[in-house]
Amino acid sequence: MQVMINGQWHQKDPPLSVAGLLDEMSLDHRRVAVELNREIVPRADYHATMLAEKDELEIVTLVGGG
Amino acid sequence: MSDDMLRIGQFSFTSRLFVGTGKYATYELMRDALAESGCEVVTVAVRRERMFDADGRNIMDFLDPDRYTLLPNTAGCFSADDAVRTARLGRELLEGIENKGAAWVKLEVLGDTKTLLPDPVGTLEALKVLKDEGFCVLCYTSDDPVMAMRLKAGGADAVMPAGSPIGSGQGVLNPWNIRIILEQLKADEADFPVIVDAGVGTASDVTVAMELGADGVLLNTGIAGASDCIAMARAMRLAIESGYLACRAGRIPRKLYATASSPIEGVIGAPDA
Repeated sequence: MQVMINGQWHQKDPPLSVAGLLDEMSLDHRRVAVELNREIVPRADYHATMLAEKDELEIVTLVGGG
Repeated sequence: MSDDMLRIGQFSFTSRLFVGTGKYATYELMRDALAESGCEVVTVAVRRERMFDADGRNIMDFLDPDRYTLLPNTAGCFSADDAVRTARLGRELLEGIENKGAAWVKLEVLGDTKTLLPDPVGTLEALKVLKDEGFCVLCYTSDDPVMAMRLKAGGADAVMPAGSPIGSGQGVLNPWNIRIILEQLKADEADFPVIVDAGVGTASDVTVAMELGADGVLLNTGIAGASDCIAMARAMRLAIESGYLACRAGRIPRKLYATASSPIEGVIGAPDA
């Protein structure tokens, strides 16, 4: 399936959860926030939320800024 | 109530200096400069996680979430929609690390890439949505008194007029507008927080802002871009304290002509009148 992650399309094999995707990317669940199709995915739901064809994700973290 | 604390929404702080975390040469320098500044609030930005991180370092390794209240900003957003989404993501991130800052946001909706001046229309739109969602909102704005009043009327928990363009180091370009903003926003609410944010270049800019009556100052580049960040951070800490004290000490008036400081009578050489 094709999913958009941070503005780029990626080919991923279902079934894939948000947690699974973060683990694939070696990301610490507590240090990111995830928006799926314009809605925030609560951290508690990362394992239960499955990705689907054409899903659009924003995976963000804190960085320096003024 | 009247004590020396700075109060914004449900937050209260001893230090009136808010410092940004951007543009430091290294995370170590950032960490040490923030500590030297004595600040309790640091701003952070929210950005896409890079897919490939060469060194794997995260800013949170250098910011103690128990020591600092993080203030997420919506920097880089040019629409109300992007700013609202960014604010929600910032809250989610801070809830993840259990930082008190999950309840608030520095709202910036920009209108122009060269001046980084805010878009007043977008800012008001985003403010309304964020207030409805329970955020404590600190609004970045230009030094336009009308816009400042609109933001306060729109529910802003603090208004943050720019001294000069972000990162420009020009200090407070229009102290008259800042004074008007202070007078008008505090007319019916003496403790309504007004924080000068943007354009601070050196310590005297901070002191000028505080002597005008600002409740606090937010700066980033002024420290991060200084040749000696640690020394400048210390200078800024002293400046915010001295400006706060001077503002309340009842300064002498400005006069056109001189008034001698030493007695006029009893000077040697002249015949006694």
